[in-house]
Amino acid sequence: MLARFIAPFHAFLLALVLIAFTGPAFAGPFEDAVAKFTTDDFSDSEEAVDAIASSGSPLAYPIISALKDERLMFDADTKKVYIKQEDGKAVDAATGAPVDAIPDSASAVSLNNKLRRHIEAALGGLTLQSPNLDARISAAKSVFKSHEEAALPAVEGALAKETDRTAKAFLAQARAAIILFKSDAAEVDKLEAVATIRSRGDQDALAMLSDIGTDQPPAVAKAAASAVSSIQNSLAIWSGVQNAWYGLSLGSVLLLAAIGLAITFGVMGVINMAHGEMVMLGAYTTFVVQEVIRTRYPGLFDYSLLIAVPLAFLVAGAIGVLIERSIIRFLYGRPLETLLATWGLSLVLQQAVRTIFGPTNREVGNPSWMSGAFELGQITITYNRLWILCFTLAVFVILLAMLRFTALGLEMRAVTQNRRMAASMGIATSRVDALTFGLGSGIAGIAGVALSQIDNVSPNLGQGYIIDSFMVVVFGGVGNLWGTLVGAFTLGIANKFLEPVAGAVLGKIAILVLIILFIQKRPRGLFALKGRAVEA
Amino acid sequence: MPHVLTRSLDRAATTFVVVVAACGILIPLSNLLLPVGSVFQVPTYLVALWGKYVCYAILALSIDLIWGYCGILSLGHGAFFALGGYAMGMYLMRQIGTRGVYGNPILPDFMVFLNWQKLPWYWYGFDMFPFAALMVVVVPGLLAFGFGWFAFRSRVTGVYLSIITQAMTYALLLAFFRNDFGFGGNNGLTDFKDILGFNVQADGTRAALFALSCLFLIVAFLLCRAIVTSKLGKVLIAIRDAESRTRFIGYRVESYKLFVFTLSACMAGVAGALYVPQVGIINPSEFAPGNSIEAVIWVAVGGRGTLIGAALGAIVVNYAKTFFTSGVLAPYWLFMLGALFILVTLLLPKGIVGTFNSWRMPMRQKTIAADAVSAAREDGVSEPKMAEQGP
Repeated sequence: MLARFIAPFHAFLLALVLIAFTGPAFAGPFEDAVAKFTTDDFSDSEEAVDAIASSGSPLAYPIISALKDERLMFDADTKKVYIKQEDGKAVDAATGAPVDAIPDSASAVSLNNKLRRHIEAALGGLTLQSPNLDARISAAKSVFKSHEEAALPAVEGALAKETDRTAKAFLAQARAAIILFKSDAAEVDKLEAVATIRSRGDQDALAMLSDIGTDQPPAVAKAAASAVSSIQNSLAIWSGVQNAWYGLSLGSVLLLAAIGLAITFGVMGVINMAHGEMVMLGAYTTFVVQEVIRTRYPGLFDYSLLIAVPLAFLVAGAIGVLIERSIIRFLYGRPLETLLATWGLSLVLQQAVRTIFGPTNREVGNPSWMSGAFELGQITITYNRLWILCFTLAVFVILLAMLRFTALGLEMRAVTQNRRMAASMGIATSRVDALTFGLGSGIAGIAGVALSQIDNVSPNLGQGYIIDSFMVVVFGGVGNLWGTLVGAFTLGIANKFLEPVAGAVLGKIAILVLIILFIQKRPRGLFALKGRAVEA
Repeated sequence: MPHVLTRSLDRAATTFVVVVAACGILIPLSNLLLPVGSVFQVPTYLVALWGKYVCYAILALSIDLIWGYCGILSLGHGAFFALGGYAMGMYLMRQIGTRGVYGNPILPDFMVFLNWQKLPWYWYGFDMFPFAALMVVVVPGLLAFGFGWFAFRSRVTGVYLSIITQAMTYALLLAFFRNDFGFGGNNGLTDFKDILGFNVQADGTRAALFALSCLFLIVAFLLCRAIVTSKLGKVLIAIRDAESRTRFIGYRVESYKLFVFTLSACMAGVAGALYVPQVGIINPSEFAPGNSIEAVIWVAVGGRGTLIGAALGAIVVNYAKTFFTSGVLAPYWLFMLGALFILVTLLLPKGIVGTFNSWRMPMRQKTIAADAVSAAREDGVSEPKMAEQGP
């Protein structure tokens, strides 16, 4: 009974609403403003933008952003304005009602630079009070960049209502930027504005303060100049910090790639040119794990790396043991032959992976906790680099502890120090050899999991690391894990500090030449182990 | 002089020289004199291909001289080869003259393209063949001398030396890839027209280059033979087998090594210089560390320390490479090459020629050789180098 009464009432209401939106009789300031676009006159468009921005209509944002992208079409004959949406559909700009097709006679509302600035300011103002915090912040940033006078009331309005501290700071900077460039602002306000912008302290602030124009009062110009030099100083320090961070990050990658080699080459004395391919196998293990998770258990994607790490260790470690048992054990004491045989092995492994997985790069995704970045002062730190650094150090510590505290570690050290004596004490040296080689390869596999996050997973992945890894081990001192640690971070940081001076390639060449010279001076590396042998 | 010749030319060496000389004369003649299509006529593309193999054989000889007789495993010999090649390439570039795309009489095309106004100083003189020919030997020689002077005096040996030679060629690879280094960057030097006034593409020039390559192979071979059969060669072998002992006896080990390393680099440079006009291009990929390692495996396949084996190994492996990479088996070539590396080191440590020689060797000589090996073992020379090291 009731429902039968309500249903027609709803219909009536709907009709009313439709009339309200479509009927020309109800045309208000918003509709008038929209109609102004049909003259396609720049000053009319400008007025329209301002009026629409202040109208509070939900269509304001779509209209102005469409105008910005030249998707706002007008038909001069029918005085209609349409929004061509990004998906190709069209709506009537005045009502928001969908239309079947934009008439052929319609054309885009034209823009000039002045109008574009207006649009930027209006868009900034529109989103300054958005419920979304990120949207508010980016709007404040864009107002800061455009420092359009028109946006001042919107900024001040937003500033009064803002509760979030970060957003408030950005709004204050935006306001300061506008005031600084406002010709009729008081000198006191301008000085305060300079101080606010100075506190921001980044490249944008620097650019703004060094380009404030010539018509500023002398006190403001002076304050700006001192702010510029202080920002430049702090930026120089930050760029040093940034280089150091990049260096640490590169160092951790080098360490990760080299640490397995430090075991096989440093401890066992085996030149394993297929070491890079163990890294590659680890990366491909990650790829396979992620493929299985994607198709079977999509919910587990964030744990894919945790699953891949032990698997990669097992895969690469098992292949390592196999290599040791089938090839390397016949070549002990013939390091140069080992080098050639393992080089051949690396060719075979590369080609095998190329045959199975194809020659192109395979997609390995970042889990959610590894993607993104955060800002620390003036530098940006990406989570994946940070995690890799932590992971590398964890692997290093675990490896050290393993060598120091476990039975296998003890046996490994014994065999390394004196093979015959160890054998006489009942240690199965050949078993230890196989396990040591497996350990080194397994760690290379783990490295592959981490490197799959920052590098292309292709059959050539390992090739890129092999020379660097050898450099790290040789530089740090063979047979010494601490040397490898110091070597990796030294090379990483030196590389990143040379890069801005000499360029990436020349920096790398310089590092290679320096290592070659260094080895002449200290043929046994930074942390050479003292031995009594003439030729060790 | 006759004494040196008789000493260095045993029966195998004489056979080798005769065979190479015969090829060097007969193949160009058959290519030029016999009518095209005749059964005995060697097509021009084969002449160029085999010319390339002969250059590789010279490179292999140079590696065998230091690795087989002095125990220096260089993983950067491709760098000396490429440097010699670049020196020749620069001469050939200057010979193009106004026939380049941009028609600049002095600047090579890539410099015009990069908007360079004048020739960099290190390109001066390369329009003269004698100067370029000198540089072919001098540049790799100087680099090897400088490198070896540092490395051998500070007693960088064995694996360490191998790794830093690899770093050297890798650094050069990166450098030559750069456009502003002045050697054509990524594309290298190509589009050659003339060599000494003869068209590099012409059949006659190709045949002559082939004959010249064979001649240089013979010269390099005789030079190596003369060295290894002399007293100098004996000292080199002593250094290979027991470096410290040789030093304690009173020989200046580093001087011997430096001499033979520099000479070997010069030979590699000549090989590169002969290679470039025959293949028509030189680019930075010649510096790739993989190339140098591949050259080492030629020597290992043929037989380390046999010279003939090195040359033979280079030709056999490269012929196999051409054969397999051009057919349906192409995707499997890297498997074969990799397996070759592994099997030769495991099963055929003396290489083809070395194994063949030890079959032919009478029983008595075998025991003497075995004794020598075990004596060397007792010195700890071949023992696992694991003592006195710890984590």
